[in-house]
Amino acid sequence: MRPSQNRRLSAPVFCCLLVFLSALSLVGCAHHSSSTNEVVIGAYGAETGSESTFGTSMQSGMNMAIDEANAAGGINGVKIVGKMYDDQGQPDQAKSVVSKLIDEDNVTAIIGEITSSNSSAAAPVCQLKHVPMVSPAATNPRVTKIGDYIFRTCFIDPFQGAVMATFAINNLHAKTAAVFYDSTQDYSVGLKTYFEQYFTKKGGKIVIEQSYTTASGTGDYRAQLTSIKQENPDIIYVPGYYTEVGTIAQQARQLGIKVPFLGGDGWDSAKLFEGANGALEGSYYSNHYSPDSTEPAVVNFTKAYEAKYDHGVPDAMAALGYDATNVVIAAIKAAGKPADGNYASDSFHALVRDQIAQTKDFPGVAGKITIGPDRNAVKPAVILEVHGNKTVYVTTIKPSDVGI
Amino acid sequence: MGDSHQALSTFLQQVVNGLSLGSIYALIALGYTMVYGVLRLINFAHGDVFMVGSYIAFYVAGAMFQGHVDNWYAGAAAFMAATIGCGLLGVIIERLAYKPVRNAPKLTPLITAIGVSLLIENVAVLKGVFGPDPQFCKPVLPSDGHLLHFYGVSEPVDSVLLIAFTLVLLILLWFIVTKTKIGKAMRAVSQDKDAASLMGININNVISFTFFLGSALAGSAGFLFAALTHVQINAYLGIPLGLKAFTAAVLGGIGNIPGAALGGIIMGLAEAMVEGYGSLVHIPPSYSDAVSFVVLIVILLVRPSGLLGKSGVEKV
Repeated sequence: MRPSQNRRLSAPVFCCLLVFLSALSLVGCAHHSSSTNEVVIGAYGAETGSESTFGTSMQSGMNMAIDEANAAGGINGVKIVGKMYDDQGQPDQAKSVVSKLIDEDNVTAIIGEITSSNSSAAAPVCQLKHVPMVSPAATNPRVTKIGDYIFRTCFIDPFQGAVMATFAINNLHAKTAAVFYDSTQDYSVGLKTYFEQYFTKKGGKIVIEQSYTTASGTGDYRAQLTSIKQENPDIIYVPGYYTEVGTIAQQARQLGIKVPFLGGDGWDSAKLFEGANGALEGSYYSNHYSPDSTEPAVVNFTKAYEAKYDHGVPDAMAALGYDATNVVIAAIKAAGKPADGNYASDSFHALVRDQIAQTKDFPGVAGKITIGPDRNAVKPAVILEVHGNKTVYVTTIKPSDVGI
Repeated sequence: MGDSHQALSTFLQQVVNGLSLGSIYALIALGYTMVYGVLRLINFAHGDVFMVGSYIAFYVAGAMFQGHVDNWYAGAAAFMAATIGCGLLGVIIERLAYKPVRNAPKLTPLITAIGVSLLIENVAVLKGVFGPDPQFCKPVLPSDGHLLHFYGVSEPVDSVLLIAFTLVLLILLWFIVTKTKIGKAMRAVSQDKDAASLMGININNVISFTFFLGSALAGSAGFLFAALTHVQINAYLGIPLGLKAFTAAVLGGIGNIPGAALGGIIMGLAEAMVEGYGSLVHIPPSYSDAVSFVVLIVILLVRPSGLLGKSGVEKV
């Protein structure tokens, strides 16, 4: 290396950098002029990658809620704009798109994410900047503990784990269970822990616990499944996401494992059936709502959704995205018109936060929403059975049924 | 059935699990090792060729199933398409990317290979090519627990078929390399390119053929992976599997063909054993990769040129 040449190079390079940086900061400034003629609701979620139906469903639900609200006059006559970024299911991306929503798009509140790991990654940003965040479906308890600006409009995993344990013991008469979880996902680890606690407390026995990692990506689960097969459990609890659950079930059936699989709301996706190719027939999972329900709120929602989009029956993430957005819209309405006309100021963010915290008996598609003091919603869960390429409603389990 | 019999049965099943995963590694590792043999190039794009093979199998099998073709014919068509398609892809990659830099300093082709790998991945992930979402291949065999029974031990038919298929491919490769004229030419080029050229061997054709053979094996591995056992594929599949297979090639002695096959089998078995029995000694299944790489380090400490590699100093 010749140092003299480097020194000669560095001056023009430095100049170029300087020009480039100043240009960048100008662009940044241009975005900062906040407009008063619209309210921006931000959202983030995975629209590509292995959990992509979570984000796309959530966005469909959110857009539907926003369109309905705009048709009914917006927020006191001000138009609502939904702005969603794809985080590709990556925690780092989630963090950076949320920063972008706050710094560049001047959002009033943020909807997201579906998964607990990504919600936990981005929530500290919202908390730090004091922008209210409402997760439609992150069920790990840790998420809302991050701060007083972080909410969720769904139940939490201690309840969801207890629901499946109760169902396994009371309805399936299971005495032994194997647990197979993703050790790299907060959601999966949490749900597995709560299921085990409750199943053991109710007299069941966990005969084997095995884990996998989606990070290494080879998609080979046969070694762990072979160990599970040896223990001959009555059921296998797999609190994973839909992408790998199908593959796990297929490989299990190849190995001659015939018992039903049980899971949580991470299974909820139209892609579940494609991945399982029939291997999950007669398996069960806990969920936030059933599209088969005859309750008027659900019937109206599914009808409107199917008319608006051409991607079939809305899954739970669509319903939850719709509910969370409606809660946020109601809170912004209740917060009134900001004195300075700025819907993205710190003071208005605080007002919206207070209104979300006061949500009580809000009529959602996936059950009534009441935000408790810990900023979580308390709601019943439904059990769905996989039958062919759809789910069948089995039963509803309320918090009082499991003693939580 | 007694407990000891059950334990033995589980152990044998774990061996089959390891062998079938190892077979995939072995088939990919062969491509790394053969290209290294003739060009002294580590073809980082090789894992991505495997990924393309799994997608070709997915699309062809999918189209066949749509046309209600019998499973066996669909499987055969998907296998042929993946194998030949990947073989040609390998040849194209070599002609366009590696040939122009063949006589450049060693680092240039290496960086080119990394570039080709990134190019394939990022084109594959585009919407309209393979897309960013994972795809699920419909297995060629119906997955309702077909078990083969030998002497009271039951083994899944999918894994056994995968291993048998790999064995056939390995024998075929051995035949090509040792018994045919082109195989002899390959061996000559790997020993000394210039001398081989002086003996009237067309170096370009031999190198193209080597790429074809190596990539075709990766393509057939892609078929076996997608259509038999693993089902779920995505555009970045080549990264973890390519890395493992490359490790297997180094473990067996890079440049050595039986070594690559042996290395793949050892890696697969090590992984299955850790995932199946690691928890007994408090090693969680997520450590299986770590254990595989520890095996590599230990073997390289004892035999620096790999299990079957030639010892000797090489100028780099």
